[in-house]
Amino acid sequence: MSHEFIVWFDDYDPGHKPRMGGKNASLGEMTDAGLPVPPGLAVTTEAYETLRSNSQVASKVRGLLAQVDYDDLAGLRSTSEQIRSTIEAVGVDPRIETAVREAYAELSKRCNVENLPVAVRSSATAEDLPDASFAGQQDTFLWISGADKVVNAMRRCWSSLFTDRAISYRHETGHDHEVIAMSVGIQQMVEPSAAGVAFTLNPSDGDRSQIAIEASFGFGESVVSGEVTPDNFLVDKVILEIHKRTISPKHTELVLSDDGMGVVWRNVEPERQRQPSVSDAELVEIARMAKAAEQYYGTPQDVEWAIDRYLPEGRNVVLLQSRPETVWSRKRRRMVARPNSGFMDGIVSTLLSPVHTKVKAATSTEGEDGREQASE
Amino acid sequence: MAERFPSPFDAEVPAGAEGWEDLYTYSLPFSDDRRDYEDSTFWFQDGIHWADPLTPWEATWYEYALASLSQYNTRHYLIPPALGIDYRLLNGYAYLSPVPVLDGAEIEARVPQFMERAGFYFENWDDLYAKWLVKMKALIAEMEALTFQPLPEKEDMEVITEGHGMGSGLTIQEEYRKLLNLGLKLWQYHFEFLNLGYAAYLDYFGFCKEAFPNIPDLAIAKMVAGVDVDLFRPDDELKVLARIVVDNGLEAQLAGGMSALEGTPFMDHWNSVKDPWFNFSAGTGWYHTDKIWIEHPEIPLEFIADYVARINAGEDIARPTNEIRKERDRIVDEYTELLGSEEDKEAFQGKLGLARVVFPYVENHNFYVEHWAHSVMFRKMKELGDVFVKEGFFTDRNDVFYLKRDEVNEALWDMYSGWAVGAPARGPLYWPREIGRRRGIVEALRGWSPPPALGEPPEVVTEPFTIMLWGITSDSIEMWLGAGDDDDADLRGFAASPGVAEGPARVISTADEIGQLQEGEILVASITAPSWAPVFGKIGAAVTDIGGMMSHAAIVCREYGLPAVTGTAFATRDITTGTRLRVDGSSGTVTVLD
Repeated sequence: MSHEFIVWFDDYDPGHKPRMGGKNASLGEMTDAGLPVPPGLAVTTEAYETLRSNSQVASKVRGLLAQVDYDDLAGLRSTSEQIRSTIEAVGVDPRIETAVREAYAELSKRCNVENLPVAVRSSATAEDLPDASFAGQQDTFLWISGADKVVNAMRRCWSSLFTDRAISYRHETGHDHEVIAMSVGIQQMVEPSAAGVAFTLNPSDGDRSQIAIEASFGFGESVVSGEVTPDNFLVDKVILEIHKRTISPKHTELVLSDDGMGVVWRNVEPERQRQPSVSDAELVEIARMAKAAEQYYGTPQDVEWAIDRYLPEGRNVVLLQSRPETVWSRKRRRMVARPNSGFMDGIVSTLLSPVHTKVKAATSTEGEDGREQASE
Repeated sequence: MAERFPSPFDAEVPAGAEGWEDLYTYSLPFSDDRRDYEDSTFWFQDGIHWADPLTPWEATWYEYALASLSQYNTRHYLIPPALGIDYRLLNGYAYLSPVPVLDGAEIEARVPQFMERAGFYFENWDDLYAKWLVKMKALIAEMEALTFQPLPEKEDMEVITEGHGMGSGLTIQEEYRKLLNLGLKLWQYHFEFLNLGYAAYLDYFGFCKEAFPNIPDLAIAKMVAGVDVDLFRPDDELKVLARIVVDNGLEAQLAGGMSALEGTPFMDHWNSVKDPWFNFSAGTGWYHTDKIWIEHPEIPLEFIADYVARINAGEDIARPTNEIRKERDRIVDEYTELLGSEEDKEAFQGKLGLARVVFPYVENHNFYVEHWAHSVMFRKMKELGDVFVKEGFFTDRNDVFYLKRDEVNEALWDMYSGWAVGAPARGPLYWPREIGRRRGIVEALRGWSPPPALGEPPEVVTEPFTIMLWGITSDSIEMWLGAGDDDDADLRGFAASPGVAEGPARVISTADEIGQLQEGEILVASITAPSWAPVFGKIGAAVTDIGGMMSHAAIVCREYGLPAVTGTAFATRDITTGTRLRVDGSSGTVTVLD
């Protein structure tokens, strides 16, 4: 279902990458690899291009940017606001609006939910630097429900190329404001019973045979933000054995608000606080998925995942994001083998070193102390 | 947390067991003569092999085994940091103590000799192991050929005509001495390869732990585990027999026992495999009371009936050997792939290769020695017991196990002498009284609960056996020391076989009780013997007091895909039958749910 302005994640091929931006391309790649990414689509850079080729808008924006004093934060903010309202005031090209409305209807149908709540996400890229990452520079709108709101959120994504923060970031990194392109992702929102992160190595010692999983109730922001001390698990990557588990008291969780338009913090009932936030079967699925992501990308990954509370166990683990692990992956790996030593040297040194230090039985602990730190 | 374990000199003798020390070789009990040494040393109770008190004669092979093990470390291969494992009895229970080489210069000096000697074995392993199988089978045949006949009223005419010049009284004494010598030889053979096998395995194990600090022990074991293992053969044969029952509609005959099966294809197969495969002990093979399948066919028949029921319920009971092989290859490939360099991959393959060369011995020797040869040995001793019963020395053939090994020589002499002289021997008056007294003592010892360890904890444990087989590490020592002040109800042990299961406990203290196990129950025992394999189909999990990752128990539990926590030290003491448990074989914890 290829379209000038729409690329579905499950129609992804590498040729689409420059039109989708890094974030959307990554979701498309993962979908293509068979990873359980929630369904969605990208509104391509061609759609944004219709806006940029509007000469009236372009010259106004250019004029405003020319006067910016990057050291004057208040002035920068006011310029940003003027640019954004200029962009948002322009009507969306009807061809694009129709395409987006049709795609949203199709996505709602696929998920079997009327006015499906979706995330509308900016996915910016630089035309001259296809791999340039502007992650976090532009806005994301969550829990958007209904076609009008989706179209509106898309426009705000476009305008968010000109937040004060994005303008000054591009200035500092030497990117030309003119050659920035923007794709917008529209993806099903998952309401999780639990969520968290998974590293395809042990962040505390770089052990590549392990998958470290942090998990807590509700939305994964609670884990990422550090608001909650999450449950912590170590799963062997090869035999998929959960062999270390630390269940922490989880006092609070981030859940969907009553109006369904956002998330709120809520206290976790005392009897649930010390319950594991994920089942063993779910942990194995998370590990399996993280391992598949690593195999697909060929390098250790840092994965965000969630348990969709509306799907049955067995198909409820979803992958929200996967990016390369950067701490241990950059380090030189220490060699274990001792060069030029025969097999008897190995046996002698094994007998001479107190082997028991290597033979630690895995133990299960509970509490907040001595926990491993997840690396970013 | 306590700083040391109780002194062996503070242990109370159970009422009725006073004087127990005299039932054993004078060097076996702790004594004031060696008090300084014994009291400042670390001793652990070996419940893997000897969870119960030994009778005087049974202690013989305990001594043979430990001296043989030690001899190879100390005098044959010169394992650089480790001498032998010292051994004692306390209230009849076996306590062991690894003896380290403490002098750094001496360790250094042993290294080149070890490399030369052990190196030769590693390089010629397959040839030497092939030789071992031949000589082991010859030894068992020689033992099987021993006969203990009652002394004749008069010597045969042939003794006269052939000019033998000697008589039956000498023969029976010779036969017994041969049995003892064959026993010591058996145990020397046993350790010809085992120490080296463990050393090679530990080297591979250490490499895995260094490359992957968090790798589960289980994964390391899975990569070397054999698929066609002699130790599993008896159980595999039971499955074949169950299949024969189903295919030939012999369910009714099976219920009728061995006599009802006579003349059926079942018996044809039984007879073709019983020797050696059913020379299999229902216990650990160390006690005269352990039942041997070939002598107690009701035990295997009950297991076969279980398998028949499972086959008829549509279950596939065969071990999926092809899948096991494939899975093993996948695991090896994936870990290899995760290594950081070609050098590491090569080193890993080398160490894994050597571990796989040595592992068949590690896995199989137990069948040849503790099951097969011990079955024959106990059978022969019981035949000798019959001779004593006939001469009025004993009232029961098993009384023979209440004599020390050298006392059997004395009793044989007494019997021979009475026979030769034609006057009453003292034995018929002396032994029934003395054996009655000794049985009372051993019975009283049975009620004693041996502490897991005694004496001064060591700083480090390096002896390969202590770690591999007994699972004694600095961690487990700490766990035992801290056991008294643990608030939570959780028992901790080795994560020996993965998975989680909940269910009611069934505490089993002797092999005879395993028939009581019900579907889904959690087996709680000092140890689990390989011969209990057939019950693993119905239990939910296993928990043991003693045992490491490579104990026979752990190997079999993994083979049967059963969650198991081994080496908890106190499971049989702290858990009662019927208590609901949660067994986490992945983390090594046992939680009492009630």
